[in-house]
Amino acid sequence: MTISADHAAQQPATAEPGAAPAARHASQQAGSQHTEQQDPASEAVRKFGITVEDYMLPARHQIQMVGPDGTLHPHTEQGTQPGHEYTLPGEAELLAAYEQLVVGRRVNDQNSALVRQGRMAVYPSSHGQEACQVAAALCLADGDWLFPTYRDSVAVMARGVDPVQTMTLFRGDWHGGYDPSKHKVGIQCTPLTTQLLHGVGVAHAAKLRGEDTVVLAMCGDGATSEGDFHEALNFAAVFHLPVVFFVQNNQYAISVPLAHQSVAPSLAHKAVGYGMAGERVDGNDVVALLAVLGRAVKLAREGSGPLLVEAHTYRMQAHTNADDATRYRQDSEVAEWVAKDPLSRMTTYLTDRGLLDDGLAARIADKAEAVATQLREGLSEEVPVEPQDLFKYVFSTPTPQLKEQSAMLADELARDAASTAAASTAKGSGK
Amino acid sequence: MSPTITTSSEANGNVSAATARAAARAAVEAEKTGPQTITLAKALNTAMADAMHADESVLVFGEDVGMLGGVFRITDGLTKTFGTSRCFDTPLAESGIVGMAVGMAMNGMRPVIEMQFDAFAYPAFEQIVSHVAKMHNRTKGTVKLPMVIRVPYAGGIGGVEHHCDSSEAYYAHTAGLKVFTPATVADGYRMLREAIDSDDPVMFMEPKKLYWSKDLVDLDALRDEHTANTERGTSSEGRAAVARPGTDATLIAYGPSVPTALAAAAAAAEEGRSLEVIDVRSIVPFDDETVCASVRKTGRAVVIAEAHGFASVASEIVARVQERCFHHLAAPIRRVTGFDVPYPAPKLEHFYLPGVDRILDAVDDLQWED
Repeated sequence: MTISADHAAQQPATAEPGAAPAARHASQQAGSQHTEQQDPASEAVRKFGITVEDYMLPARHQIQMVGPDGTLHPHTEQGTQPGHEYTLPGEAELLAAYEQLVVGRRVNDQNSALVRQGRMAVYPSSHGQEACQVAAALCLADGDWLFPTYRDSVAVMARGVDPVQTMTLFRGDWHGGYDPSKHKVGIQCTPLTTQLLHGVGVAHAAKLRGEDTVVLAMCGDGATSEGDFHEALNFAAVFHLPVVFFVQNNQYAISVPLAHQSVAPSLAHKAVGYGMAGERVDGNDVVALLAVLGRAVKLAREGSGPLLVEAHTYRMQAHTNADDATRYRQDSEVAEWVAKDPLSRMTTYLTDRGLLDDGLAARIADKAEAVATQLREGLSEEVPVEPQDLFKYVFSTPTPQLKEQSAMLADELARDAASTAAASTAKGSGK
Repeated sequence: MSPTITTSSEANGNVSAATARAAARAAVEAEKTGPQTITLAKALNTAMADAMHADESVLVFGEDVGMLGGVFRITDGLTKTFGTSRCFDTPLAESGIVGMAVGMAMNGMRPVIEMQFDAFAYPAFEQIVSHVAKMHNRTKGTVKLPMVIRVPYAGGIGGVEHHCDSSEAYYAHTAGLKVFTPATVADGYRMLREAIDSDDPVMFMEPKKLYWSKDLVDLDALRDEHTANTERGTSSEGRAAVARPGTDATLIAYGPSVPTALAAAAAAAEEGRSLEVIDVRSIVPFDDETVCASVRKTGRAVVIAEAHGFASVASEIVARVQERCFHHLAAPIRRVTGFDVPYPAPKLEHFYLPGVDRILDAVDDLQWED
């Protein structure tokens, strides 16, 4: 491993926008093995004649490529503007995303059913948010990292983690079921927003070693109120790290609507306060999501520093099975979002384009059903828990105190087993 | 083979013993650079520098640790020697510092981070308790977090409010954190190297009133000891030390209270009472064996700590010793701790801090007449 000499924080930006690129350029040269890129803000200033603020502020409208009815908007009506330009993803990418959308919807509905049947303790469903889930996973390369929240199981699976292992947390066998280092997927996090900083640290370590690693760190709208949101964005910006912060604004933090979290014009507007670019995107339009997140990851990889993307979506179901959404929102509001469903609009769009026919739809449905079967079977299987695991992983080497407690539990269990055996012997001999 | 642990400090009134020991060591190792009188601050600084030389993944960061060298100058010169990629200033945000260190540790680094003062670490509490402490457990050991969180802690320096907290109990109460606290110059070097070597996260509690305490130590000998321990797979980690042998009662102390306990033992000796002083060194893991062996021998014990006594590390030590040594005890174990009040203003702190007289009063109460 080689850690290059001097590159920690960016040079302070000078008052003149034109002077900033030089400082950043010099700093990157020392700290990164990437091919040197022009600072994207300066590039936008030069190329489009826009101000740094116009580059960092989100476009005036959210980016939407395919409308709720499945029609592709003309390029001029996609919400793009100079410095905020997006290209339509290719056919293979669209079909891969569609397959994951279908699988994701099936996973959400299967898991909710398993909770109702008592085979899983809890499941925070991303029903309605599958486009965000799929795009978050598909926009990354193999060496990149994803930092998900507890609601992002579909994204974790779309990244290649085994579905049953992904559900370990919610089944209650352990706090996590997959190896984060192997999959480059952070452990699903229930404290809000703390994982963004872990993503920042992973990106920072990679940058110091000159590795080509982009981190996509996810959080929700409520989480943007947390202090760690601010600290993570600021650290990533100051250290000029390749992190894409992806906020799924699903309108509610359990029961509290966005208006009670923030009165900013949008969550994406917060980016400019950290000196990074922000963008708003229709979170139910997987085509736009692939375009916007894809460009954000590309810019981050090329040395733009971090970016903030806010996806406008909706949590179609309650927070979890323990929540009652009828207490805080109207059915009419939910009905409005049914019409904006990410899956049905993509089905229409791909069918109209001639990319999806009944045969392909059936093959994709079979794949989704196979994953659902895997979940049903995997989660119905009774996996024995190992009491000694309680002590095994607290430290790399157990302390003397933990060894004592482990022996105490082992003794308790041995005595329980002995008395159970004695009782059954007594019963068997008829005494 | 367990290493020999010795403790000494000029600040504790035990100068002659320390000097004699160092002189003896000097005679043996005359061919080396030999003993030097250095501060705890220098020992800690040297430990970080040596660890950074030995392993490129060791990084130091925090608030003011770069150009300034830290408000206590513990990281002095590290940026100059290793560059701003290895020792750097961060934005002023403790949760950010700890959270970023978690990610860096997940991705192959060994961060050594500084919380500027004890009470300024509280914004990072969630990251420490929910992530630093639990990551190894929740990932079944697949993710290790080899990181050290250095916390200058405790009082005795006339600091204003929020600069003198004894916060060790919060961390000791959290499963998954090791909690070390050196009391001597040599242990400053030895224990910080061990903390940096640890694959598990360590809260490294530095008694700030001892930063400028001096002792004659042989850094080359400590380096050799560290190398030998690394090769043999041994270390002093998790071991308490007998800081002063005695026969009549045991004073159990850690960090900033060790010199006070040694001073009390010296004063008691003049009155004909022989007190043994145990330096706990590692709060987690705790060395029941060394502590209990001493109490079984003396039959009496006083636990001394600056932190508030209620629900404290001192309380835990009393409970542990009582459970294990009940039949050897001639008197109830006493605690001499800070009062259960917020840490006082500078002009009042001498009323609050456990001092020699208060310790000796507690010793006098150990039912000697029976």
